[in-house]
Amino acid sequence: MPKKIHVQAVINGQPMDFLCEPRQSLLEVLRDELRLTGSKEGCNNGNCGACNVLLDGRLVNSCLVFGAEVQGKAVTTIEGIATAQGLHPLQQKFLEHAALQCGICTPGFIVAAKALLEKNPKPSEEQVRHWLAGNLCRCTGYDKIIRAVLDAARLGS
Amino acid sequence: MTTSTTGYKVIGTRPLRHDGVDKVTGRALYGADVQMAGLLHGRILRSPIPHGLLRSLDASKALELPGVEAVVTCADLTDPGDRIAELGEGAVNLKHLSSNCLARGKVHYKGQAVAAVAAVSAHLAEEALKLIAVEYEGLPHVTDVRAAMQDGAPLLHDDLVTESLGKPTGKRSNIAKHIQFKKGDVAQGFQQAAVVIEREFHTATVHQGYIEPHNATALWNADGTVTIWCSTQGAFTVRAQVAELLGIPLSRIKVVPMEIGGGFGGKIRVYLEPVAAALSKKTGKPVKITMNRADVFEATGPTPGSYIKVKMGADKDGKLVAARATLAYEAGAFPGSPLGPGAMCIFACYDIPNVHIDGYDVVVNKPATSAYRAPGATNAAFASETVVDELCEHLKIDPLDFRIQNGAREGTRRADGPVFPRIGMVETAQTAKQHAHYTAPLGPNPKAQISNPKFEKAGDGANLGFEISGLRVPRRGRGVASGFWFNCGLKSSASASVNADGTVSLVEGSTDIGGSRTSIAMQLAESLGIRADDVRPAVGDTDTVGYTDVTGGSRVTFATGWAAYEAGQDIKRQMIARAALLWGVQPEAVAYEDGTLRCLSDDKKRLTFKELSEKLHATGGTIVGRASVDPPGVGGGFATHVVDVEVDPETGKVTVLRYTAVQDVGKAIHPSYVEGQMQGGVVQGIGWALNEEYIYNEQGVMTNASFLDYRMPTALDLPMIDTVLVEVANPGHPYGVRGVGEVPIVPPPAALANAIYQALGVRMDELPMSPGRVMAKLLAKQ
Repeated sequence: MPKKIHVQAVINGQPMDFLCEPRQSLLEVLRDELRLTGSKEGCNNGNCGACNVLLDGRLVNSCLVFGAEVQGKAVTTIEGIATAQGLHPLQQKFLEHAALQCGICTPGFIVAAKALLEKNPKPSEEQVRHWLAGNLCRCTGYDKIIRAVLDAARLGS
Repeated sequence: MTTSTTGYKVIGTRPLRHDGVDKVTGRALYGADVQMAGLLHGRILRSPIPHGLLRSLDASKALELPGVEAVVTCADLTDPGDRIAELGEGAVNLKHLSSNCLARGKVHYKGQAVAAVAAVSAHLAEEALKLIAVEYEGLPHVTDVRAAMQDGAPLLHDDLVTESLGKPTGKRSNIAKHIQFKKGDVAQGFQQAAVVIEREFHTATVHQGYIEPHNATALWNADGTVTIWCSTQGAFTVRAQVAELLGIPLSRIKVVPMEIGGGFGGKIRVYLEPVAAALSKKTGKPVKITMNRADVFEATGPTPGSYIKVKMGADKDGKLVAARATLAYEAGAFPGSPLGPGAMCIFACYDIPNVHIDGYDVVVNKPATSAYRAPGATNAAFASETVVDELCEHLKIDPLDFRIQNGAREGTRRADGPVFPRIGMVETAQTAKQHAHYTAPLGPNPKAQISNPKFEKAGDGANLGFEISGLRVPRRGRGVASGFWFNCGLKSSASASVNADGTVSLVEGSTDIGGSRTSIAMQLAESLGIRADDVRPAVGDTDTVGYTDVTGGSRVTFATGWAAYEAGQDIKRQMIARAALLWGVQPEAVAYEDGTLRCLSDDKKRLTFKELSEKLHATGGTIVGRASVDPPGVGGGFATHVVDVEVDPETGKVTVLRYTAVQDVGKAIHPSYVEGQMQGGVVQGIGWALNEEYIYNEQGVMTNASFLDYRMPTALDLPMIDTVLVEVANPGHPYGVRGVGEVPIVPPPAALANAIYQALGVRMDELPMSPGRVMAKLLAKQ
């Protein structure tokens, strides 16, 4: 078995150490080593966005990042979006708009939408659709997801 | 039973779903999230060829790799023989089911499972797969339904003899089954017709496309009991299938349905569960197997490619007089396409006196097909609804008026026998006709204005297409189509315990695939007169809830909702008895209304549900209501859709500009989730219509087995999907519920084809209507 690498990173605000094989993706590390299973695997090749996380604030597919690459970096996963004060406005709006059915794509959509609203707090519908085109949802037809994101933007999240 | 669509307190409201917070925070546990100490990871070795004999398999090198703990093949499943079993999703040939989990002597499609490895890590298991030596003897393959039907086509199964109208013909062929439905006399019917249209159609193989790949974790315990955690639409059918494939009693198996990341019909048959169990038996450790996306495309699902010929005739007044159809569906590697439902649905929207339908179930060297949302009906409606549009064109009748005139109503008999009870087909057409979308002008072309500044000068006539300075501008069209799906009833169980704080804990047996916990809990709340939030629903495993059939057939809100309603009635009866005990009166002297118990002989004696709940422990213990139902009274679902498209005549690309789905939903328990079902179904239908297909090369290998290349619709490809909920209460359900999940996928391909016709003047007869196919039609016309 390949020798494991020692990695230090800040995961959801908390400094963490982990060991990973060089070939393990960040998604595998999050799910299998750190047991943060909120990031989902839909394709493992960057097509679906279910594994979206923020890496130093930038939206990435965690299946396309090696675990060893996050040394010294900050990772935000879906588990790091809500706080002790409650849900993030995006999470609340996803619930109010019934923007999820099976829910498997939801973590990725919420992380991606958070990245959008941080970059562009008042996006148009077209801009939301464009930004979220890297996230596949097979249940909703996207309608309620787009409305939830636009509504969260109106709240000024 | 009387049902109405009004007068409810909980039904028709939009509470937040009970499992919502877990799902927006990443806490909800899906099948692949199962973790436990000592877990091994399994991977599947798959056939690289579409058809061949398995000559030998040597796993010795793989087993030598440190960290590899076991390899299994079909020898580790029981040999089921040639036996048909009823396993909760219709009759299954166990030999085929077993071979589909681990091939027995022969492979029938590229991607078929041949062996499986368990190792301490998934990467190691993948390395081990490469060390398994398999010798195949390749055979000629066939992947197209019509080619497979020809005499002289490569035969997939030596023992497959065509069954025609229920009787074996003695002829060996790839045609597993021929079915037929007849009503009236079509020859005579066509003689009365003023217009007759006959067309042929082809549709490609498509996948359900759930985002969560299949997964299963199994623990074969030292006492011989097996626990399986998996993503499935039906825990009880998994239990039954695994019991047969492993040759152990049902009672030894517990199936725990984890949260499921989409299914659409594709997560009913087992693929990994018995294999994980066999690996666990060999190693004594828990084993988790997950598929990758290519595996999902190449070895699960899909729904059939098909060939359909349709002939329809109407008299000069626009009355349909006769219809004839021939359907040939690709079953994939093993018999069992959704041919039957396709044949039953193809003309079900209409009242036609003379009908003749033939259907053929045909095996080809593709993955064994699975159900996919209204299985079989979408292919069929693409054909029949396109022909209807052409009839309307010739008769110069508005296509919605035609549907209002000819639509199936209460009393209409379907060609396959059943007579419709109260249904809402005509109401959907009437509602669509009155909708603002249908009368709105197709409008100027905003995108062309951006790319072509000269466009604006062209004025409003531009939407019909013309040339400006040699540039051809996009053209717009509007199409309509209708669809039908039966919906199912089947068996459901629920139990509900009253808590001391006036809430109720509900355990029900239906995997929640899109918010159904809440729609079921709402029906219990309505029946008890309490709030939706005061019901805490949970999905049980096979040891904690009574037998419940699969989440499929649009049955869950109907049938499991009914079980919850009955459990509520059971609680009510017991609450009345308890109040009677407290008040020292007969139960007949207690009334239960709006969540309050009232003594009929003493108006001062009243207890709310909550107040009585607080007294239960001191008066004999808690109250548990329960119900197990197999309800008749299923209400069929009808939908009529309107779509506007814009087609780029330079590229053939079709853009959906506006979409309105009108559907008879019976009674919408939670309108947001009903809308969501409609929107999701429509968009799957749009994908099926415009992009999605399995593309095979000459070697019988799918060349686009990734999300990127298969290309399901993204948010950027779509407009908002407008929904109109028509509520024609189903007289067969206490709250008027009809299934809503499936019918919305049925009309989109035909609606889009009809819109493309209006835009370009070409009739599309093949799915998907991808840019290349649209261009080919356009060029052929010119």
